[in-house]
Amino acid sequence: MAIGDRHETDLDPWRGHYAERAAGMVASEVRALFAVASRPEIVSLAGGMPHVDGLPLETLGELMAELTRERGGTALQYGSAQGDPGLRESVCGVMSLEGIDAHPDDVVVTVGSQQALDLVARVFLDPGDTVVTEGPTYVTALGVFAACQARVAQVAMDEEGVDPGALAETFGRLAAEGRPAKLFYTVPTFQNPAGVTLSAERRAAVSEVCRRAGVLVIEDNPYGLLHYDRGEPMRALRADDPTGVVYLGSFSKTLAPGLRVGWALAPGPVRDKLVLAAESAMLSHSVFSQLVVDRYLRTQPWAEQLKEFRELYRERRDAMLRSLEAHMPRGVRWTSPGGGFFVWASLPEGLDSKALLPRAVGARVAYVPGTGFYADGGGRSHMRLSFCYPPIERIEEGVQRLASVIGEELTLRDTLGLAPGAER
Amino acid sequence: MSDLERVVVLAGGLSNERQVSLRSGTRVSAALRAAGVEVAVWDVDASLIDELAADPPQVVFPLLHGVAGEDGTVKEVLELLGVPYVGAAPGACRTAFDKAVAKEVLSRAGVATPASVTLPKAAFHDLGATAVMARVVERLGLPLFVKPRAGGSAFGVTRVERAEELPGALMTCFGHHDEALVERAVAGTEIAVAVADLGEGPRALPTVEIAADGVYDYAARYTAGAVRFHIPARVPAAVAEEAARVAVRAHQALGLRHLSRTDAIVDAAGGVWVLETNVAPGLTETSTFPLAVEAAGLDFGLFCRELAASAVPSALGAPGAR
Repeated sequence: MAIGDRHETDLDPWRGHYAERAAGMVASEVRALFAVASRPEIVSLAGGMPHVDGLPLETLGELMAELTRERGGTALQYGSAQGDPGLRESVCGVMSLEGIDAHPDDVVVTVGSQQALDLVARVFLDPGDTVVTEGPTYVTALGVFAACQARVAQVAMDEEGVDPGALAETFGRLAAEGRPAKLFYTVPTFQNPAGVTLSAERRAAVSEVCRRAGVLVIEDNPYGLLHYDRGEPMRALRADDPTGVVYLGSFSKTLAPGLRVGWALAPGPVRDKLVLAAESAMLSHSVFSQLVVDRYLRTQPWAEQLKEFRELYRERRDAMLRSLEAHMPRGVRWTSPGGGFFVWASLPEGLDSKALLPRAVGARVAYVPGTGFYADGGGRSHMRLSFCYPPIERIEEGVQRLASVIGEELTLRDTLGLAPGAER
Repeated sequence: MSDLERVVVLAGGLSNERQVSLRSGTRVSAALRAAGVEVAVWDVDASLIDELAADPPQVVFPLLHGVAGEDGTVKEVLELLGVPYVGAAPGACRTAFDKAVAKEVLSRAGVATPASVTLPKAAFHDLGATAVMARVVERLGLPLFVKPRAGGSAFGVTRVERAEELPGALMTCFGHHDEALVERAVAGTEIAVAVADLGEGPRALPTVEIAADGVYDYAARYTAGAVRFHIPARVPAAVAEEAARVAVRAHQALGLRHLSRTDAIVDAAGGVWVLETNVAPGLTETSTFPLAVEAAGLDFGLFCRELAASAVPSALGAPGAR
């Protein structure tokens, strides 16, 4: 271009070509701050990364080498879109721990349970369709529903999870508005981000409410086996409702997220659609990863390993709860999860977890602001704190830093007259 | 200039603008490589000094934004180690990075900047927040911008239309810095003027007009396609010339070197109001500085190479070199 030519650009020649569903795909300040949070100087209470260093890495290495030598021709070849039959059989064994009696034919292996959710959404959701979720809900599930241009209605939870009455009311209201819910997406056990668990008493009622409303339940259960206070896992919703639930499972938290192996267990007709959707999405997933997982489950004492993980995470959870109790200013509240990775903290009125994040990162501690877990921008007074990744002393240090940042913010709030009831 | 052997690009750091810095680093290192220069990209952490001492590069190209990177700290370290670098010296960085001090320097140099007040967090506490906020609104009028005293990428910046929005905007601002610069919002055309000095004295590159659909915030700055840029800006030629003159004067008044970017508003009467002059302008794929370089008919990679070369002591004698 010659000097002096008038010229205009928006730096993206394809701007007019994007699908409407890409409209929300923009740069974000929060994500930018997470780029700092990933540095080792910062105590990150943000990510939900499992403690993979606790795995028998030597053994896994040998197992992978063995697999390549013995079954390389299969492991490195294309596979079926439904997944390896041996692994599907093993998956049924894992699910039986949560009371699920499943047949391998009804299992579809996916690239993490995230892909299972994506496939379910693709198969069920047209633009404008309504999904009901818990409020708050898993942030990336909201991303999947947004990509389908679905509308999301959220139902609040208490310590026992979602209230069946409130859920029924929401279904009724949506139907009356002419946009009946198609799916109810739930993380019933050790919920991400709230850390609460749908009580045994409410499980049957929730299933019944969904059945009556004709709403398919998507039960996302990555944390079910990571229980810290009970002798055995919670019974899955799917265990008592084989036709009304699509169950999503994952080895990301119990084994390794880097292997990217998850699955969906679905009623026959749904399963068939998921397999076809999987085929068009990626032809076949990593056969190698599937066979690694299967061999690990069949040859290694994985239940013992899981027990070790439960103990480690229980200690970390206890450390976080103890630190919160010891250091948090008055007015901050939090949940006490019986398993999983997350504590959900509520800030005193007038504090904004998103506005607080840069100050926290400056003080070398990070968390996830509550806003990401709501479809409507709510959640400003909440934050998700994860205890799964940092060692105990770092958790303690991180909570102390965060408590002091919140303390300063409270002083500022009062100074600026933003305290509840203050005259402005 | 082809004797330039190896450039170390510094990108990352621990400021809130780490991601922006990494993006600038990626863009510049690719451009330098395309121009035939060997480039290493280093993050800024506790190992930096040892690495620089063990293997001193011919020249360092710092692409750090925010605290430590932009306020002169890293430059101070480079001075200590005797490593040449692109950009302003530490003292000038300190002045330019502090929006309040920079505004005073600019005003003294005859550069117009919007009326403002700078208030530390403590002032609201000690003097009574309600009274302070009322005075601020009375003095500056509405709308206003509340900005952290230092920092970039529009982090912590809020436009305030009504007085009751001011406390919330201050909360947001104080999340980034302990002092707030509250500035009268000037209506008009938003422009950015890049200034480059390749050894022959600072000169302004074509003005870039930023036609944002709403506020030019973080998402607008770093999402390709979110903002329309007009180059040169759609302002009368005399105004564009004035803007160029003002940007060069700001660059000189602040004692900057090699490159800077002055952000300004052109009001309805053609007046140029400088918002700030950036000592470490963003060089990402969506930044305005590279657009201006290209609009000047220069290849961005060759431009970066010349900038780096002009910082090397062998270029001593050139006005822009140390």
